[in-house]
This record gives sequence, C-alpha cells and structure tokens, in this order.
Amino acid sequence: MTTTATDTPRLTRAVDGRLLGGVAAGLARHLGVDPVVVRLAFMALSVGGIGVAVYVALYFFVPVDPEEQEEAPEKDSRRKGRDLSQVIAYVGLAAGLGVLFLLFGGVFDPLLWFVVFGTLGGVILWQQANPTQRDEWMTSTVGGAGAKGLLRASAGVLLVVVGVIGFLIFQEQLQNARAGLTFAFTVLAGISLIAAPWIIGLVRERDQERRERIRNAERAELAAHIHDSVLHTLTLIQRRADDPREVQRLARVQERALRSWLYQRPADADTTVSPALERVAAEVEEEHGVPIEVVCVGDCPMDDGLAAMLRAAREAMVNASKYAGTEDISVFGEVDREEVLVFVRDRGTGFDMEDIPEDRMGVRGSILGRMERHGGSARIRTGPGDGTEVQLRMPRIPEV
Amino acid sequence: MGDESTTFSDGDAVPRVVIVDDHRLFRSGVRGELGDAVNVVGEAGDVDSAVHVIGEEQPDLVLLDVHLPGGGGVEVLRRVLARHPRIRFLALSVSDAAEDVIGVVRGGARGYVTKTISGKELADAIVRVADGDAVFSPRLAGFVLDAFSATDAPPVDPELDRLTQREREVLRHIARGYAYKEVAKELFISVKTVETHVSSVLRKLQLSNRHELSRWATARRLV
Repeated sequence: MTTTATDTPRLTRAVDGRLLGGVAAGLARHLGVDPVVVRLAFMALSVGGIGVAVYVALYFFVPVDPEEQEEAPEKDSRRKGRDLSQVIAYVGLAAGLGVLFLLFGGVFDPLLWFVVFGTLGGVILWQQANPTQRDEWMTSTVGGAGAKGLLRASAGVLLVVVGVIGFLIFQEQLQNARAGLTFAFTVLAGISLIAAPWIIGLVRERDQERRERIRNAERAELAAHIHDSVLHTLTLIQRRADDPREVQRLARVQERALRSWLYQRPADADTTVSPALERVAAEVEEEHGVPIEVVCVGDCPMDDGLAAMLRAAREAMVNASKYAGTEDISVFGEVDREEVLVFVRDRGTGFDMEDIPEDRMGVRGSILGRMERHGGSARIRTGPGDGTEVQLRMPRIPEV
Repeated sequence: MGDESTTFSDGDAVPRVVIVDDHRLFRSGVRGELGDAVNVVGEAGDVDSAVHVIGEEQPDLVLLDVHLPGGGGVEVLRRVLARHPRIRFLALSVSDAAEDVIGVVRGGARGYVTKTISGKELADAIVRVADGDAVFSPRLAGFVLDAFSATDAPPVDPELDRLTQREREVLRHIARGYAYKEVAKELFISVKTVETHVSSVLRKLQLSNRHELSRWATARRLV
C-alpha cells in the first residue's frame, strides 16, 4: 500500500478498534498497514523489552484521536468497546511465546516476562483512571459497565501480582521464594495504601454520577407528567373557554390529580375511611362539577358498616350537587374512639322533609334506610332556604 | 397604624393591608376582588421586600403567602413580629400541607385561609383578623382537632396541651363548614364567645410546645 504525505493520517491513538491503548491501531492507521502486523511487531520487540517501553511511551505521548473521542459516546457501545477475544488471543500468544522461550532457555531471561506482565497489568489499571475512559463506561449501561470495569480491574491486578511476584521470585533465584512472597505482599499492601484514596474517589465519583442520573430521570418523569396532565388540561381549558362550568371542572380535576401526585399519601383508599371519603367526594365532584371541600379528622380501617356509610355519604353529596343549587359543599369526617361521623353540608336552597315524594328513594332509602340497616343512624337537618346538612353516624367495631 | 380600640367590623375604618405573594397575577387578582373593603397600601413578592414594605407602611394586616422565595412566610413573621409585634398576619396558601399551615400559625399568623376563598369571605377574614380575632378555615380546624387528639400521651402542660370540650365543639362546627354566626346559633352562644374560643385555641396552638404537634404535622404531610 503506497501512501503519500497528504493522505497519511496524523499519528493519534485510535478509539475505534483498539485493544489496549489504541497505540498499535493508531500506528497501523498512520503507517497504512494492518494493525495485526503492528501488534505482532510490538510483541516481537517486547522479547527484548524494548517493545513494551516504546508502547508505553507512545501511549503517554500520542494524543487520542479527538474526532473519534467526541463521537465515541454516541456510537454503538459494542463498537467502541475493545474486542475482548482479540485481547485474550494476544495475551495467549504472548504467554505462549514466553513459555517457548522459557522451555528453550538461554535466549531470554524470564525476568523480563514478568516485567511485561507487570507492565501490562499496570497499563490496564492506568486505563481506569483515564477520564475519557471512565465517561465512556458511565454512559454505557450500568450492569455492563460495572461488570466490564470489574473484569478489567481484576485482570490488571492479577497481571501486576503475577508480574511482581514472579519478578521477585526469579530475582532471588527461587531460593528465597518465601521471603520474596512476604516482600511482595508488603509491597502490594503499600501500593494499595497509595491507591486507596484514588479508588475511593473513583467509587464516590461514580456514586455521584449515578445519583445525578436518578435525579435526571426524576426530572424527566416530572416533565412527562406535566406534559401529559397539566398541559393537556390547559389546552382543554382554552378550547372550552366559553363554558365556565366545564372550565372549573377541568381545573378542579387537574388540581386534585396534581395534588395527589405531589403529596401522595401512603394511606390506601381501599382500607381506611379517611382517604376513602376523600375519594368518594372527588368522584362526586368530578361527575357533577360542584366543588366539595373535605376535611377529615382521624382515620380507622374500613368495615362493612363504614362502607355503607360512605355510600350514604356519597348519596348525600350527589343530592347536594344536584338539587341544592349551591357552589360549595362541605364534608367533614371524624373518627372517634367509639364512632365515625360524617357531615355533608351545603348552603343551598334546602327543602321541606314533609314534601319529599315517596319516590325520591335517594334520601329515604339510600341514606336513612341504609344507615339503619347497618346499625348506624342518619339525621337530616334542612328547611327551605336554610341549606341542608346530612349527619351520618356509625358505631365502630371495637378493634380486637 | 391603628390603635387598640379601632374596630374594623363596625365599618368605621377600612384596614390598611399589605399583600405579600410571589405571584404578581395573584396579588392583582386579590386587590381587585377585595375592592373597597380594604385599603391595599403595599405589595411585596419576596421575604426581604416584604419585611421592608411592612416596616415602612406599618399596616393593620399583612396578607401573607405561606410559600415565598427567601425563607417562606414563616421568615417574614419572624423578622416583622420581632420589631412590630402588633401587626397582624393572615396566612394564605394553596398547598394545605399540614406542616406549612401549622408552621405559619405557630409562627404568629392569626388565621389561615386557602387561596380558593371567595373575595367576600377573604374581606371578612381580613376584617376579623385585623380586629384581633382568629380565622380558621375548615381545613385548619380539622388539622387542629387532629393534632390535639393525635396522641394519648399525658400532656406536659394541661392548660396548653388540651382543648376544652367547648373549644372542640366550636372547631368541629368550623370544620363542618359553619360560619362563626352559624356556630353561635347552633351552640346557643354569642358570636363573641365563638371568637373567644377560637382565639384561645389559636393561643394554645402557638404556645403549646409539646412536640407531638410538630411531629404530627410532619408525619401528616398532606391535607
């Protein structure tokens, strides 16, 4: 392959297709040859130790390809990640070469090989501290990044340990192996001590980034919620601007939805009285478009009697919404030690109890009759022009 | 600055009011709704300017939003009441979160109403608070009942930590949506007596330092 000065790329470290630091891949691109050739050349040179030194020097002095670095995070993570199988292949090849040299002896001092191992591990560990590298892991999926990072780190540590121990063992010519091991561990302990702050910092930084990501997710959720509900309602309101009742209804519904979303109460509307009463009021309000103000004091678990009471209360609210002709209805629920009280009050037209036609099942059947059947009682206070208050009373079943 | 004997409920004078709320739209809305019932002498949109305007104008009453940039309504109360203990505050909020409501009332507000209140009701509440009475919305009455009955623990100070039967009755009626006049009629007492009971409850709420109260408010975050 012939290359001219103009189309020869500047020497940079590659991000795409790199195995370790991108030195070999970058050099191959610069020279216009296949990276495998460069890698094998490095390996051959490493037999004398020079290859490793050259590689490390190039790694530190040659800049990362800036264009690739910029676009790298958006690329498919599998492409920008290194081909692990290739790395293993090269490591295997290197190990094989080492064994060969060891077996045939003489040509090469085994000491050097451990230096190679140590350096290799060191480089992998160094990679972890490289900021662009870290960012790259952070942007890929959490699980994958963690596993990959861990694999890398342990591979690095293993290589360093093998290198250091081997180096020491061979330096002592296997005679003081035990002493050498002790020394190795001492050195390792020292190194960990030095590296600890850096590792802790790394973990902390990672935690922080994770927290940031969670916060961003929350913000996105809020935005989505506002978009789906609030903006939607505002659009509806603009479209129905000529119908004040509908506008008010929409606004109330949205307000309630937003409120419950913001201050979600842990209590469950199906199991305790107070949230159930609020829910009933909300439903009636939604159906009939008259605002209902609910105040609850205390709470207790639901039972059959209380469920019947809530149905009666619902009926009272519906009546107030339909017939009272008022714009505000107050509901007050109080859970006492012995009984539960619900008051449904409006300041509307009121009515004369004597005048209720027998067919108005609402009041007689659904409220009075229902309460009595379940062991409670109901009182209705009303008069023309005085508004109406329905008072419901239901004894509590003593808690076991 | 009104002297002690001025009563606004007779219609002799119109209370001078400062509106503190961070929404300009809301301030002008309230101003419009109140009309001639009160004399709005100043407005403010955050804690610092509120403290400044109130100090300058010495109003009879401050209509105070619970949520304000710079520390909230509680901060305004703290800074103003330290220097001008006679200025009265009516808290106004959209949130109804118990801790906010109890917070401003314990901070010195003599009443609490929600922003959904009608213009006429708000004017009534302003006059009442400016006269030195307390104004409880049904919701606040519910909060207070709940807070004072939340625990069976023996009270530290029985005088402050318990509501009398009568006070409880009055609060329950307010929670049911009764106006003071209606409560009075219902319980066969005078409106003045109803006001006395509510003021006494307010005092207990502000002075009682049993921690159940604040714990209750924090535990019950909403409505």
